Amino acid sequence: MSRNAIHGWLLLLPALALLALFTHWPIFGTIWDSFHGTAKRGKPAPFVGLENYQVMLADEVFWKSLWNNLWFALGTIPASIVLALVMALWVNSAMRGRTWLRMAFFTPTVLPMIAVANIWLFFFTPQYGLLEQFTSLFGVAGRNWLGSESTALGCMMVVAVWKEAGFFMIFYLAALQSIPPSLAEAAAVEGAPRGWYLRRIVLPLLMPTTLFVMVNAVINAFRMVDHIVVMTRGGPNNATSLLLFHIYQVGFSFWDTGYAAALTVVLLVILAAVAIGQFVFLDRKVHYQ
Amino acid sequence: MSRHYEPRGAGLALETIAAWALGALWILPLVYAVWTAFHPSEYSAKFSLLAPLTLDNFRRAWDAAPFARYFANSFMLVTMVLALQLVLCTLAAYAFARYEFRGKNFVFLLVLVQLMIMPDVLIVENYRTMSRLGILDSIPAIGLPYAASAFGIFLLRQTFKSVPRELDEAARVEGAGPLTVLWRVYVPLAKPVYLAYGLVSVSYHWNNFLWPLIVTNSVTSRPVTVGLQVFSSGDQGIDWSIITAATLMTSAPLLIAFLLFQRQFVQSFMRAGIR
Repeated sequence: MSRNAIHGWLLLLPALALLALFTHWPIFGTIWDSFHGTAKRGKPAPFVGLENYQVMLADEVFWKSLWNNLWFALGTIPASIVLALVMALWVNSAMRGRTWLRMAFFTPTVLPMIAVANIWLFFFTPQYGLLEQFTSLFGVAGRNWLGSESTALGCMMVVAVWKEAGFFMIFYLAALQSIPPSLAEAAAVEGAPRGWYLRRIVLPLLMPTTLFVMVNAVINAFRMVDHIVVMTRGGPNNATSLLLFHIYQVGFSFWDTGYAAALTVVLLVILAAVAIGQFVFLDRKVHYQ
Repeated sequence: MSRHYEPRGAGLALETIAAWALGALWILPLVYAVWTAFHPSEYSAKFSLLAPLTLDNFRRAWDAAPFARYFANSFMLVTMVLALQLVLCTLAAYAFARYEFRGKNFVFLLVLVQLMIMPDVLIVENYRTMSRLGILDSIPAIGLPYAASAFGIFLLRQTFKSVPRELDEAARVEGAGPLTVLWRVYVPLAKPVYLAYGLVSVSYHWNNFLWPLIVTNSVTSRPVTVGLQVFSSGDQGIDWSIITAATLMTSAPLLIAFLLFQRQFVQSFMRAGIR
């Protein structure tokens, strides 16, 4: 090996060691542990084959969490992307008060999710919460927004969209600012209307950003559970339990590590599918090159 | 966007009103929290211009839980994580940008795995690792999984690649070793990227919750986010005035920094996103 190569490996070594210890090794460990039971009283975990997966198939809370998570993703991703785009167009225009708007939209991004979840919890509180006071003006009071199975997950989605949209706005803003003004000039010379310009010129040019944002939004939809822990703890009747939250409960409330590992495998498969999808379909169109 | 396609006339008025309404809606929860925190609890959900202002809620929240310790823990955590990240990512990014060796592309792919599968989802296994290492309930246990950041390596690699090779070679001709070149040539040129990455990292780790919640269980290691949760789900009853005061307290460092350096924050997040 040349001296150059040795230097290269030495520079990589510290980062690679930590990555291996806390990312690669745990990925294999998760798969390995998913075929084992849970270690008890110093005895090593017994090999149980596919038992954890059989338990999973029969676990209603798992299915409920998986479906919730899919709905959560479907509900939050398109909404936050569309809102982010609209916000970016507004903030990027010459509109009055756009500095103020940018601040208002972006502030949720810098606040801790756990802190804002407390504020939203108060917002949704029955009887005297702000939402309840507002809806009572229209005579539809008396709802328990977080306590009812039909509305709780929707409330979680609102909080997630509120938190994320301003973050995604930033990426659109960056992309909008990189569109050469000559394109708008050319379109204007041709007399194209604004709607046409936005639809046929701006949107296609923003496509790589949209894909990049979408990948991030999907990952976030499966990673974001802080507000669940604070606001509903998965309830009522598991109506707001998401996959990672279920893993957290199984792993750290019931201490069933073998089963928690099997559940994590499902999450890893989903994330790997996103990664492969991105790699195969979007390679080079997205910013990672 | 060019000024050619700005909304005009009635369209502009309509869009401005819509934008302001959305902006107001977005800032509403924060305004609401500020209202509650700065007024006595009987006004926590009652709005009156005559409501007296008070700092009492902050004082009571501060006295009710060891927030000073939590703040110190969070401060140590973000400092430790950022310091480790800066060193590790700089070295690795330099290797990826300027060294040729067999297997480089494969190793880079291995690094990128962490962009998809972040330590946030590997909680079960990382907890076991921390337990085996005997460092549960400590600040290093919270920070270590994030120390080698794929995002940081990726961002700095892109930056280092854009440094002209002539600068590198000129320094080498003068007899500088690889690390000296890195320190004298590459690092100074990447300053804005370091700032951008630093802001993103600090806000991420100040705000991180689930993993610290799992891996800590005492006052000596809990960061503010976990401290806030322990506090607000504890035996406070539901005195929202105190809880919102505590909530604002924990968000204050980032919020104040953001309001003061708004432009830098937004540009940093932009810079971190577009590369």
